[in-house]
Amino acid sequence: MLKPAPNPPVAPVPAKFGDQDLLRKSASTIKPPAERQTEVAKLIDVSKCIGCKACQAACLEWNNLHEEIGTFNGSYTNPPDLTPASFTLMRFTEWVNPETDNLEWLIRKDGCMHCEDPGCLKACPAPGAIVQYTNGIVDFVHDNCIGCGYCVRGCPFNIPRISKVDNKAYKCTLCSDRVAVGQWPACAKACPTQAIAFGTKEDMKKHAAERVTDLKSRGYKNAGLYDPPGVSGTHVMYVLQHADKPSIYAGLPDNPRISPIVEAWKGVTKYVGMGVMGFAAVAGVFHYLIAGANKVTPEDEASAEKLTRGEKP
Amino acid sequence: MTAYDLEPGDGVHPGKPVTVDRYTVGARINHWITAISLVLLAISGLALFTPSLYFLTALFGGGQWTRAIHPWIGVVLFVSFSILFIRFWRANLWKGEDNIWLTRVRDVLLGHEERLPELGKYNAGQKFVFWGMSLLILVLIATGLVAWDQYFFRFTSIETKRIAIIVHSLAAVGIICVWIIHVYAAIWVKGTMGAMTKGRVTGGWAWRHHRKWLRELVASRRSNAGTPRTPAE
Amino acid sequence: MTNSWTDIRNTDLVVIMGGNAAEAHPCGFKWVVEAKANRGAKLVVVDPRFTRSAAVADYYAPIRQGSDIAFLSGVINYCIQNNKVQWDYVKAFTNATYIVKEGFAYKDGLFTGYDEEKRDYNRSTWDYQIGPDGYAMVDETLQDPRCVWNLLKEHVSQYTPELVERITGTPKDKFLKVAAMIGECSTPTKTMTSMYALGWTQHSKGSQNIRTMAMLQLILGNIGVRGGGMNALRGHSNIQGLTDIGLMSNMIPGYLTLATDKEPDFNTYMSTRGFKPLRPNQMSYWQNYKKFMVSFLKSMWGPAATAENNFAFDWLPKMDVPAYDILRAFELMKQGKMNLYFCQGFNPLQAFPNRGKLTEALSKLKLLVIMDPLQTETARFWENHGVYNNVDPAKIQTEVIQLPTTCFAEDEGSLVNSGRWLQWHWPAGSPPGESRTDAWIMSQIHLRLKEMYKKEGGALPDPIVNLYWPYKDPSEPTPEELTRELNGYVVSDVLDPNDPTKKLLTASKQVPNFGVLRDDGSTAAGCWIYSGSFTEDGNMMARRDNSDPDDTGAYLKWSFAWPANRRIIYNRASADINGKPWDDTRKLLWWDGAKWTGYDVPDIAPTAKPQDVGPFIMNPEGVSRLFARGMMREGPFPVHYEPFESPMVNLVAPKIRGNPVARVFKDDFAQFAEPASKEFPYAATSYRLTEHFHYWTKNNHVNAVLQPEFFVEISEELAKEKSITNGGWVRVWSKRGSVFAKVYVTKRIRPLICDGKPVHVVGIPIHWGFVGAAKKGFPANVLTPFVGDANIETPEFKAFLVNIEPSTGPVA
Repeated sequence: MLKPAPNPPVAPVPAKFGDQDLLRKSASTIKPPAERQTEVAKLIDVSKCIGCKACQAACLEWNNLHEEIGTFNGSYTNPPDLTPASFTLMRFTEWVNPETDNLEWLIRKDGCMHCEDPGCLKACPAPGAIVQYTNGIVDFVHDNCIGCGYCVRGCPFNIPRISKVDNKAYKCTLCSDRVAVGQWPACAKACPTQAIAFGTKEDMKKHAAERVTDLKSRGYKNAGLYDPPGVSGTHVMYVLQHADKPSIYAGLPDNPRISPIVEAWKGVTKYVGMGVMGFAAVAGVFHYLIAGANKVTPEDEASAEKLTRGEKP
Repeated sequence: MTAYDLEPGDGVHPGKPVTVDRYTVGARINHWITAISLVLLAISGLALFTPSLYFLTALFGGGQWTRAIHPWIGVVLFVSFSILFIRFWRANLWKGEDNIWLTRVRDVLLGHEERLPELGKYNAGQKFVFWGMSLLILVLIATGLVAWDQYFFRFTSIETKRIAIIVHSLAAVGIICVWIIHVYAAIWVKGTMGAMTKGRVTGGWAWRHHRKWLRELVASRRSNAGTPRTPAE
Repeated sequence: MTNSWTDIRNTDLVVIMGGNAAEAHPCGFKWVVEAKANRGAKLVVVDPRFTRSAAVADYYAPIRQGSDIAFLSGVINYCIQNNKVQWDYVKAFTNATYIVKEGFAYKDGLFTGYDEEKRDYNRSTWDYQIGPDGYAMVDETLQDPRCVWNLLKEHVSQYTPELVERITGTPKDKFLKVAAMIGECSTPTKTMTSMYALGWTQHSKGSQNIRTMAMLQLILGNIGVRGGGMNALRGHSNIQGLTDIGLMSNMIPGYLTLATDKEPDFNTYMSTRGFKPLRPNQMSYWQNYKKFMVSFLKSMWGPAATAENNFAFDWLPKMDVPAYDILRAFELMKQGKMNLYFCQGFNPLQAFPNRGKLTEALSKLKLLVIMDPLQTETARFWENHGVYNNVDPAKIQTEVIQLPTTCFAEDEGSLVNSGRWLQWHWPAGSPPGESRTDAWIMSQIHLRLKEMYKKEGGALPDPIVNLYWPYKDPSEPTPEELTRELNGYVVSDVLDPNDPTKKLLTASKQVPNFGVLRDDGSTAAGCWIYSGSFTEDGNMMARRDNSDPDDTGAYLKWSFAWPANRRIIYNRASADINGKPWDDTRKLLWWDGAKWTGYDVPDIAPTAKPQDVGPFIMNPEGVSRLFARGMMREGPFPVHYEPFESPMVNLVAPKIRGNPVARVFKDDFAQFAEPASKEFPYAATSYRLTEHFHYWTKNNHVNAVLQPEFFVEISEELAKEKSITNGGWVRVWSKRGSVFAKVYVTKRIRPLICDGKPVHVVGIPIHWGFVGAAKKGFPANVLTPFVGDANIETPEFKAFLVNIEPSTGPVA
């Protein structure tokens, strides 16, 4: 049995991690600390999720977000997509299992996956706007965010959203503020069925293995853990009844990885581009030094004068 | 005879030295708006292109301002360059002598202009700059709009945006290289700057670099002045 | 609940039918998830819609709303036919062996004694054969054709899987699969829990829905055991408390009943409440009725209640009708017979059926007083809100007074949960503005009335002027004072009759439990079942020790559970006739040779010998009832009756429309669609969404965000037939009203094939109205019929008929 979410401490506690624990920092070269903190993970057990949206409500409340009251769009997914104010969203899919012909109502809590190899961070041009702590949490530092939307392009899961109000990128923080003081993320704390659990990544993987065994015993022969290797694993993982087909869960990527285009853009393009431009400039300098200035001679002037005078130059 | 290379405002003034009107005030303002825009775009773009140049955002009041202002400058550039394009495109049409010029690019680089054919208002290099700029600006504005999330986010997929941004980056590298050539050429070829500052070059400059154009100017001046010919002639 | 929320984790099979626990009780549903994850329990959901509960179920079977009795009778039949019966339990702990009186019979959907005119029965034959010894006759061999078991077997035999499929629309294979899963729980080592809620209660035969499952649970031996039970999931945080405290017109606290006008005096009243044991040695706990009643009267009128005046029994009102339930109240309002309505923490304009009738009724009131922490539609019923409340304020003369109250998070007190736990809560914030506690408001009214009666007199001032009001601040009794009074206290010293120097009870002390209550006026207790909740040891409801020896899920030191801190009632039935637990891995209570011991408070005298005293001590026979005697208005066995508005005629009793004993007011009958109506061909049902809490959360922005707009749910098949597109607008109308809604075309609803014809289901969520932070929208009660359950008048919200068409939406 999973332990319940801890209650908040009464006395202030020092933060468990901070700037000294950065593994990566966008657009910056840093030296990570010698010792990495224990990796944490949120485990979302889709098979335990009843789609109550307590996580969504808790996320709005804890992060003090104001989502608009929308309209009904033919689905229980509300709002219809992630927004700058909705860091998490229950996505509902009605899926008829072709093997059993039974309807399965797949409910997946969408939100930042906190990739070990975060595409958003890779794409971000603003130093320190996206950071990754050694415990695996990928966080946006809004003071440094410039709202360029490169993270949107970098993310393999289509998570970050740019606010129209302050032009900054928003996404799930894994409640880094709560985790820093030993609390579970707000969504996990609010989840009535512990479909959202939180702990060390190792513990979560162990727990997931138990859940997969249980699901297999109930006939879900392809049950499994979603911890995609394409992004070197994630710090938000899913237990899926049909781990062989992640995409049936409202388009969860089957094999997510940072887009090769983004890799090229942030890798080879950057270096080759700088090289080419540098070469062009240097070539000019060298040419000048070797060939010297291309000067108009007095003869040229004289020829022109002759020409204007109608003489043969 | 159609003076295909002559543009409105081009003219020649006999004297010592001869002066040649190469660009009107309008053209020059137009050019410099374009030029400044391009430089600002390059700086702001480079600031977001590579972290080592991110400090350049300070010139624009920080990252947020840089991100916000870059596309708007792009719009200015595009409009400004479009006008420039209308002004200059005819004179930049490819001519037979441009091919010969290209085959003798070694002489060009070594400054042996005497070995080159007589040229009109623009040589092949300048035409390359002109057409290169035109093409890249088109690519940049198109991909730039795709990347302009503030207004156009919902019109394209993220995959399209990824392609757009890499193309935008590559095009930007390209246009910066073209710009380097352009600027370097202006520095290397002494006497050129005056064309875009004062609007005038010396007759010698025109003789040396754009002899065909000069001949045309002189010829057209004669034919214009035709009937009341100056006594000196 | 017979058991508790935490006990659900002990089960092997969860059957959610007549409810949608994941949707409406997400927090309690955690125990289902625990049972699944840690015990390998299975979850079965039977519902017209593929619900959120179904989303995490191991097996889902569809059913037509209002056909649960046919389904469950079919399962009982299956269990009897396939010997899926826990015989030792059934023989020892139910009335299966009891012989039924001659004359009792069942035919064509009716039992002996029906009076069509009165829509009621003469229930005299619905009882046991009483032997010469004065006790009910039994046949331990079950051979007597008149014994309950044989009558039951005969009664359910017609509910074959084939008939079940024709009535319920549940495909035979799915029905049989569910029946087989349930049948497995007939072994003593496997238990099933039944989790139900308004999906069963909100029918004209809601009580019988529940009763049928209760019978099934008895046959399987699942009552009184860990992981078993009949578990009603209460829909409001304190609705259990409401019934406990007797907040119904015909009840007084602790499930005591008000006298009728045929019981003018105390002795007559008590004469039918003696509850003499029907079998030898039985406890028949209601024999103590008088102790509880007198203690209640003492708490009401204190020193003014004396032995001489029968403890002021005469000051209690006497009922001239079975109940002044809310449906009747609105009928009376509509007829102009009710002028003043106090509406305390209640929004009937949304919560009761037939909106049109409710508005008409409220418009005829002279005065409407609203006590509520929130702005409600009822308080604004006179205000025009376009299509959402199309009334002409100029034509409504009702005076409305709104008295803002505090809400649960702003004051302290106790809430009773579904598992009968009285849990104390503390204020989390200060009440805003001019809001006051309900206790303050009621006290002000009471004190002013008292003053007026004292000055001006009246027909019967006594109950008001003598009402015992011993509070420190008479203008606002504290929750502690009130709950201490509910627990009960000693009025005067009680001496040991054998040794008068010894005091058994000391005056002014809190009573420790209801066992010490007395019928001589020396004790007072506001609600006897709450005795033990606030004792001399302090406030038991405020206990927060979650220790749980041996992980049984009992948590005896957490809060207080009535009765007597017992977590599983009838828990003596967890052990066999000799007191040995049925399942050694799930022991609850056992006989150690001298007394009952175990993890829970025994629901029997601790020294009552196991072979002597039956586990169902509240029944005079000491056993549970497969045959209900005269306790249910419809009959001792459940019969499948169609809803009053049904897409088909009753296959087991074609002549009977609806529940033959349900009360229907004349005007309302005219507003019912015919069975199998062509005008209203679709079977509608209404329900709550998990994102919302009834009509309250309209006032909360976040809840409005999570489900923003009123919609209805239909199948892809119906959508195709009607050219309705997902996410578009539709108009839905019944014989009583019309609404505009967005539409959700879903695979989760499929047409049911009932008796060869497709029945389309239209699902209608409740929540929307015309006040609050949420978007305006129509409430489902514009459509619903004005009829209630025959026994307790819960409105039939779950099964009615509508029509539907594509629309362009409401014109503002």
